[in-house]
Amino acid sequence: MMQPGSLILSTMTRLLLPLQLLFSVFMLLRGHDLPGGGFIAGLVASAGFILYLFAFGVAATQALLRIDPREIAGAGLTLAVLSALPALLYGDPVFTAQWWHPSLPLIGEIKLSSPLLFDIGVYLTVIGSMLTIVISLAEAEE
Amino acid sequence: MEPLMAVLVGITFATAVYMMLRRSIVKLIIGLTLLSNAANLLFFTASGLTRGAPPIIPEGAEQPAGAVADPLPQALILTAIVISFGVLAFALVLIRKAYQVVQADDLDQMKDTDT
Amino acid sequence: MNLAVALPILLPLLLGALSLLAHRRLRLQRWLGVLGTGALLAAALWLLRCVAREGVVVLHMGDWQAPFGITLAADLLGASMAVLTGLLGLATAVYSLATTPRGHEQYGHWPLLHLLLAGVTGAFLTGDIFNLYVWFEVMLVASFALLTLGGERAQMEGAIKYVALNLLSSMIFLSALGITYGLFGTLNMADLAAKVAAADQPGLLSVLAAMYMVAFGIKAGAFPLFFWLPASYHTPPVAVSALFAGLLSKVGVYSLYRVFTLIFTHDVGYTHEILLWAAGLTMLTGVLGALAQTEIRRIVSFQIISSIGYMLMGLALFTPLALAGGMLYIGQDIVVKITLFLVAGIAFRLLGSYRLEALGGLYRYRPLLGVLFLIPALSLAGLPPLSGFIAKLAVVRGAIEEASWGITFVALLTGLLTLYSIIRIWQQAFWRELPAHATDTGVLRGERRDPGLWLMYLPVAVLAGLILLVGVYAQPFFGLAEAAAGQLLDPQAYIDAVLGEARP
Repeated sequence: MMQPGSLILSTMTRLLLPLQLLFSVFMLLRGHDLPGGGFIAGLVASAGFILYLFAFGVAATQALLRIDPREIAGAGLTLAVLSALPALLYGDPVFTAQWWHPSLPLIGEIKLSSPLLFDIGVYLTVIGSMLTIVISLAEAEE
Repeated sequence: MEPLMAVLVGITFATAVYMMLRRSIVKLIIGLTLLSNAANLLFFTASGLTRGAPPIIPEGAEQPAGAVADPLPQALILTAIVISFGVLAFALVLIRKAYQVVQADDLDQMKDTDT
Repeated sequence: MNLAVALPILLPLLLGALSLLAHRRLRLQRWLGVLGTGALLAAALWLLRCVAREGVVVLHMGDWQAPFGITLAADLLGASMAVLTGLLGLATAVYSLATTPRGHEQYGHWPLLHLLLAGVTGAFLTGDIFNLYVWFEVMLVASFALLTLGGERAQMEGAIKYVALNLLSSMIFLSALGITYGLFGTLNMADLAAKVAAADQPGLLSVLAAMYMVAFGIKAGAFPLFFWLPASYHTPPVAVSALFAGLLSKVGVYSLYRVFTLIFTHDVGYTHEILLWAAGLTMLTGVLGALAQTEIRRIVSFQIISSIGYMLMGLALFTPLALAGGMLYIGQDIVVKITLFLVAGIAFRLLGSYRLEALGGLYRYRPLLGVLFLIPALSLAGLPPLSGFIAKLAVVRGAIEEASWGITFVALLTGLLTLYSIIRIWQQAFWRELPAHATDTGVLRGERRDPGLWLMYLPVAVLAGLILLVGVYAQPFFGLAEAAAGQLLDPQAYIDAVLGEARP
């Protein structure tokens, strides 16, 4: 099954992976009040990496990721839990949404919020756990 | 619409139970997948099938204009789907490893821990 | 202070995430494990103090008021269970330092341990029944993974049964939730209690109650759907087994206590009668199963089932005394079961087997271990002056006051058979001479030192001391159980605390 080398697949994957990652970030950011969000964005991104794994094998995917997927999941879970805490600074119950409106030069005002932090956490957790499962399956196959 | 959905839910549950009663581990997992789908469909049907607009209140208004769909069951089912997705992904890894260890796709050969 | 009720959930979640981040650094993970579970215990004790002082502590997550948002609510029962979770987590973490194989640690023993504890405390502290389902699944995913770490054949076989039956129970639970939402339009337990009390559909309610009963009954390991428990609990390393034995099935019992005191009290004569039958049959089948076994961990696994029967009996009788006794039984049984498993782990360390025929001579060479075994074992059989005696006395007195002679007889008979099954372990593993064919007894005879052994003795000794303490100095613990029973039987305070001003 894991035979890296199909020319069409590997060429297309090189094209598709950046597009999928870009699309996943787009899904993540629009998720607050439109369809999208951390979970589905994480699935899109991990689908991109899994496609890469089909095309180039486990070792190449691990080299592309550079860090262990379990660390990605850990970082995501940490972010998600920490997003509960900003509310405490303002005296609200945990997980209450907090919004900040800093303005940046050239871009103008942007909206940041603790739900966004939570969503990024979910995004990373999904990528990390999906890749952990798929890589362990693929390693068993090899 | 409700009677149709009720029949569909019933058929899905029956199929799931039938699959789970087979001896093959793969069929057991298929049965569990169907079971989770059946439970989600049941949730969806039981909480009321209504035609309605997305439950979004227009800007400036206090309440939505016209009939809206109940968003809560959808959120809950989505949560349940995500959870069963995770559990079933794990179950797939499990049956793969179990197959490697036991070398058989047969629940009857897995009774070492039963006696 | 409302943060108190969120802390026992957030803390293990955060620690799990941090241990996952540190997955290459085992020393750090071990420190996080021991200190983190210690912090969990401290946080849970703080919560219990808050609840004892101020009554039910409620937190509306994200400031979404009940019944719309997810509410965390701790009464005395939930807070005490959280304390026990912290205590068990700490004991298991210390014991794991000496016993968990390195490979298991590398593949995520510590993060999964924290995740499991988060799921368990979440289930104890949530006030929303859908959220209870979510915590159940968190707990189950973590326990599936802990169960299969290592990948031996017995583990795989046990795990398939565990996964299949627990998923089945989750799906019954989910279906019941769907019907509940369809009927009442709410999933907040306090709101649900108010709406069920006002509903006029006894037949449908009883069907719904039966679905919850089956779902939680499977998770609790109650008759007749208990067989996944003795097929899987003895397969992972002993520290994990001990945690499962102490905590997991009790989450199912806790849910039964919560749902059948708060929500489904519309037809006590019907629902609680079924529970009473299940309780009696669970006790009896559990102890008979234990008698048929010859491996310590499997004997204790069947004893878990038998004890679940006593807890259900307390709930089924539904009087203040029986409920208090049942809850005290849950609390003390958690400690007793984990101690028994941990003692079995020490015996395995000394003699390399869990099978009775390969054990022997433990009392001669390790008299302290003999005492540490007898304390939880005799408590399990219900002998004074140990904690099991107090709890069993209260439950059985509750049954006698209700003139339920059948269940009284079964409970006492089960106690006798339990004593017999305990004496079998004592006689074969501890009392008789070391079998002639036993090899590698250097550590046992004291010829060779085992540096990790004191880490195994330490939690066992503390827990055994606790069992003795609860038995001898029972008044405060029984008082706590009585107060918790009072809260369960008069849920109005809980409902008012959760719904607050939102009440119509």
